[in-house]
This record gives sequence, structure tokens and C-alpha cells, in this order.
Amino acid sequence: MRNKTLYARLFIAFTVAVLTGSAHAGKTLDAVLARGDVRCGVSTGVAGFAIADSAGNWTGLDTDFCRGLAAAVLGDAAKVTFVPLSAQQRFTALQSGEVDLLSRNTTWTLTRDASLGLMFAGVTFYDGQGFMVPGDLGVQSATELDGAEVCVQTGTTTELNLADYFRANNMNFKPVVFENLEESISAFFNGRCQVYTTDRSGLAAILAVDAPNPDDYVILPETISKEPLGPVVRRGDDDWFTIVKWLVYALIEAEEKGVTQANVASMMDSQDPVVKRLLGVSGDMGTKLGLGNSWAVQAIQAVGNYGEVYDRNVLPIGLARTGSNRLWTQGGLMYAMPLR
Amino acid sequence: MVSPATPAPAAIWRNQRFRLVLYQAAALLLVIAIGAYLVSNTLANLEERSIRTGFGFLSREAGFRIGESVIPYDASSSYGRAYVVGILNTLRVSILGIVLATLIGVLVGMARLSRNWLVVRLASLYVEMVRNVPLLLQLFFWYTMITGLLPSVRQAVQLLPGVYLSKSGLMFPAPVPHPGHPYMAAAFVIGCGLAWGYRGWARRRQEATGQVPKLLLPSLGLIFGPPLLVWLASGAPTALDVPAFTRFTFRGGNSITPEFLSLLAGLVLYTAAFIAENVRGGIQAVPRGQNEAAAALGLRRGTALRLVVLPQALRIVIPPTTNQYLNLAKNSSLAVAIGYPDLVAVTNTSLNQNGQAIECIAIMMGVYLTISLSISVVMNVYDRYVALVER
Repeated sequence: MRNKTLYARLFIAFTVAVLTGSAHAGKTLDAVLARGDVRCGVSTGVAGFAIADSAGNWTGLDTDFCRGLAAAVLGDAAKVTFVPLSAQQRFTALQSGEVDLLSRNTTWTLTRDASLGLMFAGVTFYDGQGFMVPGDLGVQSATELDGAEVCVQTGTTTELNLADYFRANNMNFKPVVFENLEESISAFFNGRCQVYTTDRSGLAAILAVDAPNPDDYVILPETISKEPLGPVVRRGDDDWFTIVKWLVYALIEAEEKGVTQANVASMMDSQDPVVKRLLGVSGDMGTKLGLGNSWAVQAIQAVGNYGEVYDRNVLPIGLARTGSNRLWTQGGLMYAMPLR
Repeated sequence: MVSPATPAPAAIWRNQRFRLVLYQAAALLLVIAIGAYLVSNTLANLEERSIRTGFGFLSREAGFRIGESVIPYDASSSYGRAYVVGILNTLRVSILGIVLATLIGVLVGMARLSRNWLVVRLASLYVEMVRNVPLLLQLFFWYTMITGLLPSVRQAVQLLPGVYLSKSGLMFPAPVPHPGHPYMAAAFVIGCGLAWGYRGWARRRQEATGQVPKLLLPSLGLIFGPPLLVWLASGAPTALDVPAFTRFTFRGGNSITPEFLSLLAGLVLYTAAFIAENVRGGIQAVPRGQNEAAAALGLRRGTALRLVVLPQALRIVIPPTTNQYLNLAKNSSLAVAIGYPDLVAVTNTSLNQNGQAIECIAIMMGVYLTISLSISVVMNVYDRYVALVER
């Protein structure tokens, strides 16, 4: 039964937390190199971000980031073990060392950064919470939702944002909270609730994959929260934290400089000093991180730059690359710190 | 005769009693040492990873809503209050579940011993089917049935004036709160006490005089009379809060959610099947001679069952049924799968918001332990009450 496995996992996580000493701090990279694979915590299935096909192959923005990391660290994008984690399991799994990082639509918040023994290494997707309703209700705006029943998945910032939004707008609602995503979605499409809420990327994915008839539903215009999603690592291992953080920057920098999966080999001859440093032709950026100097080349060869990762995974679920998710040079928030 | 020399006192470690105490002390020390190591190491690890510890979060604002609650609760209430809401929701479904499962279980158990072929087959079919399908599947079955087959809330079926049934649950009118209501509740409790006293008096009178006083009607009168009088005295308030359809769903009145209903149905039907088997086994374990003796005294079959067989069967039935009550209370934690906000659901949510897994799980374990021990204590007391009094 689902619950039993949850508690079994929590128990294991607890036991691991209890029995492992301080051996972990600062040693994630060593452990990854010794083991020969990156253990990457992903979601249990969100189209565009992390979803397994019938053959068990994972695709998505979050899983591609892990592949890029494996390529940068181990030189082989296939050396990733994906560990699907529910919203409740994710932090315990990371804290206890079951996974090396979370790349699992996790919102960066102060509480999580400061009190859970974790650190957010960057932002790979700027999201915001939205609402989906059946079109025939004739709802135009989220401010009309007073008195509605709202289906929501437990264990997420979504639940808190929802309460905050209705409180702020002096409206009432009744939450119907489910433990897992699939149950909450099917309850909504069954008509148990009039409203479904999650991050807008999640709404688009659900509409694209799960909706019996996507045209019958509308996503309301309001975005009620800021949901910066990105990879998370354990606190106390600064070396690993730095590697993950700078891989995010490297992929963004590559896009800014026009380095793609296809042209990365020819870009090695580029005269642009930034490109030279990024690709390890000059300088020793990779060595400083404790990796090989071709770390970024390996990652880009495996998954491409940030824009390519986005276009390959997120565009197909119907989320055009607008607003914050564009490069800073195009008015977005994707901005890499200088690689020097 | 030479008196035997008194043997030299044996060394203390050869003393069996001493050694037994020593072993137990050593075992106890070992357990304490392991416990202390686990606790200190956990704290050290949590500290090292700067994970917050302690129960201070209980007084902080929870920030999330809970779908149904028997006490006032909103997003600005504390985590502690959220836990209380969860515990009350667990108790609500457990207690109601135990009562209903007992009623159905006893009926089905007796039906399996009926002389009617059809009744026996139906009861057997029910027991075998329900007992052999995992409870979680049954919960999904009920939930899907209720949310799948019922009309959506906008096409809600009106069962009676003001009573509506839909995917959003059963909506029904509730009396508008009135200052007289608490007094009516008090009068009801007093009425129950009076009925209990009357029952004792009736029994004593029967033993003394052989006359059997009427029991049913006077008891009902004693139970419902006082609240009725209080109701009349407080001006007979009849104002009803009738559910009215607003834009999305009904507002006002009272409601039973499909989550609660599916959970209750699943738990009751599942547990009742086991209780039915306990009851059947208990009745069959009463020696045939008892039945024959009752028949020889001229008791009718029903009376014999009530006065002779069931009291003896009860002693056999109670211990395994206690287990079923415990199972029901613990199985209620499966609620989380179908969206009923029980203790586990609330714990899951708060665990995620504050990340303090160890504290949250510890609270949950403590609460379930307390509920289970309470059920055990109550059932043991009852068991002693109905035990055979040897004369």
C-alpha cells in the first residue's frame, strides 16, 4: 500500500540520517566519482520537466539538467540514476544522502533554504501558480472564484499560496487535498472540484497530457505567486554546491554566446575569450571546480545550451518561452555570473 | 549423629536470583545506551545539516486550509490547531466506523447462521468478497463510484426539500445556532442518565416481583423528553440554515463530503466482514447444550439467543473484535489517498511546509498509539464487565 512504502521510506531516510556520521560533508563529488553515477531526485511525472516514457526513458528539462551534470562530472550523460520522489519524500531523500541533488520542480523559498539543511543552487525555470477551470463555468478571472472547491496536491508551496491568495482577496474556498498528483488530477477531471491549481507549467503539462478534452478547460490569466524552480543540494558541501550552481550558469552562458550542441566542436576555435574560457580552451575554470577543463563542452555536447533544453522539452507542452525565462539580453531573468 | 557441616555460602555470582537481575540490568542498560546513542547522533546530524529541530513550530501559523473540520480553523490558525483538526477528523471517522461496523458485523454474523438459504449465501458472499480485496482498492472503488456516478454539483439531485446529493457530497439543512442548543444537549445527556437509571430500576423490580416493566417507550420518552421540553421552553426555534446554490457550489447548511463518505463506507464494510466472522465463530463456540437447555425451559428461539447464547458468545467475540477496532482506527490513515483530511494528511502537509519530519512523524505515532491504547483499555474494561462471574 502506498502509505506503507511512504513510511518505509521515511523510516529508511530517518535511519540513514541517524546512522551516517559526518562522512558526507564535502564528499559528494568524491562519492559520485567513486560510484560512477549521479543520483538525481526527480518528480514522479510532469510532462516537459521529468516524465518517463513506456520504455522507462526520462525526458524533460529537469532530467536533462541531471544528464548535463553527469556529462560535466563523469563525462557520460548516461551515468544518471533517476530517483522519482513525491513532494513529501524529496527533502528527506536529499537530506539523508539518498540522492546527490534534487532537480524536481522545487520552489526556492527562504524556509527551505534556511531550515531544511538544503541549498538552492540556481533557477532553471521561473514559474508561477495559476488556476484551471472548466470552460463552461464562464469564469474569466481568479477573483471570481469565491466559494469554489479547489483540488490540490499536498506537500507543496501551492497549498500555502492558495490560502494566501484567497485570504488576501477576502474570498472563501474549500480545498480537497490529495496525496499524489494523479489522484488530484483525476478528481478534478471527474468534476469533484471546480478549480485545479498548481504551477502554470504543471497546468500546461496536465492540459497537454491528462485532460480528456483540452479545449473544455481554460487556464485563468492570474499568476498568484513566484515559483522559481531549480536544482537543490545538501547543505554543508560547498564544492558540490558550486559545481551545480556553475553548471546552470554555463548552460545559460552557452546560449548567450551562441554555443549549441551542434556547433560546440567548431566553437572551440572561437576567438571570443569568454567562449574560450567556457569551453576550456583557455583558463582552468573546470579545474577550479574540481572537474576536467572540458566540463562545459561535455555538458553542452550531451544536452545543448539552456535554450535548446527549453525548446526540446518545454515548448512541446505548449509553454512558449516568454517573460522571465528568456535571456537577460532579451528582457528575461536568465543571467549567468561571469565565467572568469 | 554428626550434624552436617553447614555448606560455605556460595559466591554471589553463583546465586541464580542475582544473575537474573544482573542479566536484566545489563539488557536494560544496553537498550538505554542504544537509545541515547540514536537520539544524540540524530540531534548531532540535524545540527550539522542545520535542519531545524524542536516542537516550537506547533505554535506558529500553519498557513494552509483544511477541507473539513469540526472546530473553527482557517489558514491563520497554528500548526497545533491543525493537528487537533486532523486528530478530530481521524476520531470522527474511527468512532462512527466502529459503531457502524459493529452493527453490520453482528447482523451479518447472525445472518450466516440463519436457516434461510438465501440469507446465508448472501452473507457468505459479502464476507468472502470484502475480506479478500485490499482495503485501499475498496476505498478507490467507493471514491470513484461516488465522484464518478453522482451528478456534478450544478446538476445536484434534490432528495428532499433542502437536501441535495452531488459529487460535492450530501448537503442538508442545519438549525441556525440558538442560545438554547447547549441546554438541549445538556438535557439530552441528563435524559440518557435517567433512562439508564430507569433500566436499573426495571431490572430490580423484575427480580423482586417478577413483573416485567415496559422498557422501550418510557426509555425513549426519558431520553428525548427533556431536550424537547428545553426546546419548547426556549421558544421552539425552527429557523433552518438551508443550503443554497451559489456560483460554484452550495453555501450554508451542513454537508457530508464524498471523501468522508467513501472512507467511512470502505472502513465499515471491510471491518464488518471480519467482525461478522468473529460473531459467527463466537456463537458457534457456545455449546449446543446451552441452546437445548434454553429450549427445554420453553424460551423462544429469539429469546434464547438474546438471553442465553449471545452473553456467552460475547466473551469469545470481544478479544478478536478489539483487534478489528484497532485495525479500523489505524486503517483510517489510508484516508490520505482519497483526500480526506485526517491526521496523516495534516501531518504530511505540515511536514512538508516545515520540513521537520522526525517531530511530525513522532507526533503522529504518539497519537495513533494513544488512540489504540485507549481502545484497548475500553475494550478490556468491557471484557471484564461481561466476563463469567463464578459463583
